[in-house]
Amino acid sequence: MSRYSAFSLLRGALTGHRHWQPAWRDPEPKSHYDIIIIGGGGHGLATAYYLAKVHGLTNIAVLEKGWIGGGNTGRNTTIVRSNYRLEPLHNFFEFGLKLWHGLSDELNYNVMFSPRGAMFLGHSDADMVKLAERGDAMRCDGIDADLLTRDQVAKLEPLLDMSRDARFPIQGGLIQRRGGTARHDAVAWGYGRGADSLGVDIIQKCEVTGFVRDGGAVVGVETTRGRIGAGRVGICVAGHSGHVAGLAGLKLPVESQTLQAMVTEGVKPMINSVIMSQSLHCYISQSDKGGVVFGGDPDNWPSYAQRGHPMVMEGAVAQGLALVPALSRLRMVRTWSGVTDMSFDGAPIIGETPVPNLFLNGGWCYGGFKATPASGWTYAHTLATGKPHALNAPFSLDRFERGATIDETGSGPMPNSR
Amino acid sequence: MMLIPCPHCGPRAQSEFIYERTVDSVVPLDATSQEAMAKLFTRNNPRGVDDEIWRHTYGCRAWMVLSRHRVTNEISECRAIGPEALP
Amino acid sequence: MINFSFDGKAYTAQVGDTLAAALLRNGIGLVGRSFKYHRPRGIMTAGVEEPNALVTVGEGGRAEPNTRATDVFVYEGLVARSQNRWPNLSFDIGSVLGLAAPALSAGFYYKTFFGSAKKWMFYEYFIRKAAGLGNAPTQADPDRFSHRAAFCDVLVVGAGPAGMQAALEAAESGKRVILVEQDNILGASLIRDPQELDAAWIEATAARIRAAGGRILTRTTASGYWEHDLVTLTQRLSEPGQTPDNGVAQRLWHVRAGQVILASGSIERPMAFAHNDRPGVMLSQALRSYVRRFGVVPGKRVVIATNNDDAYKTAQAMKDAGAQIVAVLDARPAPAGANSGHRVYNNAIPLSTKGARHCLKNVSASVDGQTLEWDADLLAVSGGFTPVVHLHMQAGGTLDWNADAQAFVPASSRQNVTTIGGAAEPQPIFKMASAAKPKKSFIDFQNDVTLADVDLAWAEGYRSVEHLKRYTTLGMATDQGKLSNMAALGRLAEKQGVAIPEAGLTTFRPPYTPVTMGLLAGAGAKDAGAHVRRLALYDLHAAKNPIWQPLGYWFRPRAYPTGGETLAQAALREAKAVRNNVGITDVSTLAKFEVSGPDAAAFLEIICATTVSKLAVGRGRYTFMLREDGFVFDDGTVWRLDENRYLLTSSTGGADRMATHISYVRQYLCPHLRVSAVNVQEHYAGIAIAGPTAKAVLTTLIGEEPPRHMSTVPAVIAGVPVIILAASYSGERAFEIYITASDAATVWAACEAEVMKVGGALYGLEAMEFLRIEKGHLVVGGEVDGRMTPHDLALDKMLNKAGGFIGASGLARPALAEAGRRQLVGLEALDGDIPEGSMLIPSEGASPQGHVSAGAFRIIEGGSVALGQLVDGFSRHGEILIASSPTRGQKARVRVVAPHFYDPAGERYRD
Repeated sequence: MSRYSAFSLLRGALTGHRHWQPAWRDPEPKSHYDIIIIGGGGHGLATAYYLAKVHGLTNIAVLEKGWIGGGNTGRNTTIVRSNYRLEPLHNFFEFGLKLWHGLSDELNYNVMFSPRGAMFLGHSDADMVKLAERGDAMRCDGIDADLLTRDQVAKLEPLLDMSRDARFPIQGGLIQRRGGTARHDAVAWGYGRGADSLGVDIIQKCEVTGFVRDGGAVVGVETTRGRIGAGRVGICVAGHSGHVAGLAGLKLPVESQTLQAMVTEGVKPMINSVIMSQSLHCYISQSDKGGVVFGGDPDNWPSYAQRGHPMVMEGAVAQGLALVPALSRLRMVRTWSGVTDMSFDGAPIIGETPVPNLFLNGGWCYGGFKATPASGWTYAHTLATGKPHALNAPFSLDRFERGATIDETGSGPMPNSR
Repeated sequence: MMLIPCPHCGPRAQSEFIYERTVDSVVPLDATSQEAMAKLFTRNNPRGVDDEIWRHTYGCRAWMVLSRHRVTNEISECRAIGPEALP
Repeated sequence: MINFSFDGKAYTAQVGDTLAAALLRNGIGLVGRSFKYHRPRGIMTAGVEEPNALVTVGEGGRAEPNTRATDVFVYEGLVARSQNRWPNLSFDIGSVLGLAAPALSAGFYYKTFFGSAKKWMFYEYFIRKAAGLGNAPTQADPDRFSHRAAFCDVLVVGAGPAGMQAALEAAESGKRVILVEQDNILGASLIRDPQELDAAWIEATAARIRAAGGRILTRTTASGYWEHDLVTLTQRLSEPGQTPDNGVAQRLWHVRAGQVILASGSIERPMAFAHNDRPGVMLSQALRSYVRRFGVVPGKRVVIATNNDDAYKTAQAMKDAGAQIVAVLDARPAPAGANSGHRVYNNAIPLSTKGARHCLKNVSASVDGQTLEWDADLLAVSGGFTPVVHLHMQAGGTLDWNADAQAFVPASSRQNVTTIGGAAEPQPIFKMASAAKPKKSFIDFQNDVTLADVDLAWAEGYRSVEHLKRYTTLGMATDQGKLSNMAALGRLAEKQGVAIPEAGLTTFRPPYTPVTMGLLAGAGAKDAGAHVRRLALYDLHAAKNPIWQPLGYWFRPRAYPTGGETLAQAALREAKAVRNNVGITDVSTLAKFEVSGPDAAAFLEIICATTVSKLAVGRGRYTFMLREDGFVFDDGTVWRLDENRYLLTSSTGGADRMATHISYVRQYLCPHLRVSAVNVQEHYAGIAIAGPTAKAVLTTLIGEEPPRHMSTVPAVIAGVPVIILAASYSGERAFEIYITASDAATVWAACEAEVMKVGGALYGLEAMEFLRIEKGHLVVGGEVDGRMTPHDLALDKMLNKAGGFIGASGLARPALAEAGRRQLVGLEALDGDIPEGSMLIPSEGASPQGHVSAGAFRIIEGGSVALGQLVDGFSRHGEILIASSPTRGQKARVRVVAPHFYDPAGERYRD
């Protein structure tokens, strides 16, 4: 692997960029791997990277149906934060946030993690109490969170509508300053390049079509590029978890729904942080290219269509404009959708399945991107040792039938009420 | 935005409807605890046709079952439920 | 003549000019700067695909950044400014980035700027400043945007000859037709090529379409094709930056079409050669449009480069306009172009251009392997034609490869859509050899992506078309790859050694052209799409100037301060009035359901987790409801008004959820039950009267003995029939009075007068909180947070032992009975005030074991009390904990107690 640096760029400038090597190889699949990860998204590639880096396992393959990073890794709104109310969630995501802070150096790939602050707005005294509760829960567990006054919010984001007679007047906020955004594609590519350099085989255009079983246990996978044997197999295909687990006869606590996002034409800097709201269902940030990135609620019905509902999008824009009226004359240049695994308590699933040797990482709802490092780390631990890491132990698949759900919003098992 | 053929009102814009749940997740009142939890917490979730319960909330307010393809959004059937479904 | 300005200088335009035409008319060739290297750029196209000539149009809150000069028609007073340059357009400091271009290769930023996140943010600050194009307005948008729904049998997109003909046939066969055209005139392409059909035909056809009932919308773009033939149209009622006639700037149409006909034509492709981005290089058809439609001849000495026949029409147009055709460079071998009458070079491929002062000076080309040069001030290029298949693809269609045209054309479709005209049958072209010098050969002009960048991405393993796009940013500019995608695919296919169709294709995503955010929001931007529901008694409250509190969709009085009271002072005074005397409050927003029929009780015992059937007529009781997973999700009261008639109340915030739940259970799970469950939330307004003298007040009001606690009677107040429920949330003897909403004001006036007569007070939500916390009553959204079981809330003794209610099976799950669950507790402050929402910790630095769900003051005795959730809280009464709020710098030492601070025996309910 050629190391990336300002110096290597200069060398490229002087030599016509002829010295760059492929960021990853394009290997033929071997007949057997110790561990196969299904899904070459950020999570799968991070898992492979940590399996090699932390656990020293290198006979690993990542099988990707299309091209790496092509699922939800490449379709999210790039927000990174750990500001959850419930302990298992904020402890898990905080572990990830710490990894984010050193990720570019770790991978020698600039993932452009930019801790510009992730801010929830509060619109009433009741909202502010809820924000304080969330912040207090985080602070007591050693995670940064600060309440902001109205004036502090206005100073941070001068284009917010601070008028008192707004439908949802802004009363203050809760900011996690160490949260922010990252370049989503770079995360997949950086982990992919890192894993490849440690010997992991990344096999693209290789769709898993079935599981090879010996007795009950999984001993390999059938793919569009032939049968591949494996000691352990980890599913890591959020959005399509139900489909892939179904190949092994498993039914999951997951419903696939579409989540839309959109971006405006590029403009000079106008949004400084990541703006989220307690009462309005939209989140707004601005990319380094200048596009204002926007998201809203998922389309609240099952879909694999990867296309959104125009009125859901229009609603999200209306809410965004209520917060930042200056967005009115910008133009939305592109919309896209991802298929998300909506789990039945809003929290992810990382751990064992009832099928021996088969493991599951999924159920990320609309919050998987920020989890990439933590998800990879803990899933690698789980796949390497056969047992969950302390951080992902609460996120077991059997928590639903046991009643140990982790319900951040308290809205129960129907994903459309979340 | 789909066009949903409400069995009572005729074809109407999807924005008049609210999705409730899939038919496979209906928990019958007489289900055992184990059956109920299996219904509640697992889904077929196919990349194909599934039966779903929708409600014409901003129309006749009736509930109905829609057979819909999850990728193409093709609706093959929309049938009334309950006493309304009787001839 | 129309006056407009560009970068502060005044110019004039002709009626009908686009801004691009007007700028060219005034000899302005330099219009913008590119995104990455700030290269000088001119006008390349005459349509919506323009990548270079982006300007900010309009002023104040109406300013639209990144407006394509080719897609705005000049109006009197138009103000346009160039973008992404400093200090000015012709001398832009940012263009030094061009010198660094060799280092700023595709994806360079992934390979450098290492160090801490803070360090990256230092570099990022400058990158962000350099990126972006125009500036967003900072003032409020003065205009409105409207939404409209429409239906038609046939929607025709594109008013070229094919589209107009199709619209005409459909309309005259009796179909409801909508014809949309993004230009401001119909048949614009016919003006470009007048020999085929004429203006009279356009006019006559439009008149016939209209006469047959068809609707023609110009300046309207079909921007999105959604499910089941829903097409969104964006209609400009005013030009960018222009003051609209009636305040509405644009209109968004949601059109449900029986059939959609796409006659959207094609977009001409540029050619890739070195310095192909210089002002003065223009697409051939665009040049022809400027000459024929606008009468603007933007050069005197023109070179034309082509791989097809169409460009010869441009040569003819320029010749007719008096320009000199220096050379026609035809990529095809002889005899292509032999009889054109121009100086044609066959096997000719452009190599590079030279310029001076941002103008084109010289064109070089390879002709039969030899390099030739010509002096020219204009270079028109035609690299072929890309059918506009965006809507077809958005509709879920597939594409075929047309080898003659080297283009993708629409194939099958999932929806009821067909494509006709040039978009279905593009002109044949000659497949050219690729550029000799990939370095400055731009393919994505706005984002400064060159063939060399594609080559680099390939070499580095970014080989799928999506990787290529994302790594190089190709196709991600405001034109979304309309000009660049085919060039990139061609290069990629070449690298892979496959045909273009095998190289893959990126997804076509809505919108076809960028859509103004304000238009998407429509009227919803004003109230964030969340309409306020108004209380029936709103005016009566408003007259008293209360502090309002948002609650769900509602606003309710939080307190009625008088004489300069603060919220807390007013609330405490109001709460004291309830404790010592009597208070009156509006409880209209509570969810209410009337459940009747022979099976009403059976139905309620499915909804409610408590028994109902044992209630005697005229009696009521507290109840709560579980979700199917066994957690408490709402609570309220249930009253037996009659033998087979019940009233069920539940929380305000959960009203819609409860209404859906009840309807689902009724219609889906229990169609066999003989029961009707009607949502009467807004049918009845509600008034609560509470306090030790409430009974006396009620006696006066209804003229008889009021019902005892948890009983109900019908009565009459001020001549209006009411239902009286003797229920208490405050812990005092209290009554809720329900009245048909339209009569509520009369009843309220009578009640208020009576309360005031005995020295009582109005009270709001804040006082109600004090009262209910002190009493230990729950609130949905507070203690009832969707994560608590009946046992956690100490409600399990009330559960219907017979089971059968929703949630019973969920409740049986093992983890719900395990130790370590959070349980409802009371908290008493030993010092300080207990902060609401604070964490309960055993000692400083420990992890939280629970939290404070609601805090209040003891109304009479003073002191701070609270309700909370605490791990294994039932068995921890007496323990001392810290209620800590680090975000607010507040804390209090608290003692864990039972959650009843006031009248735990309920003596005050008794008469």
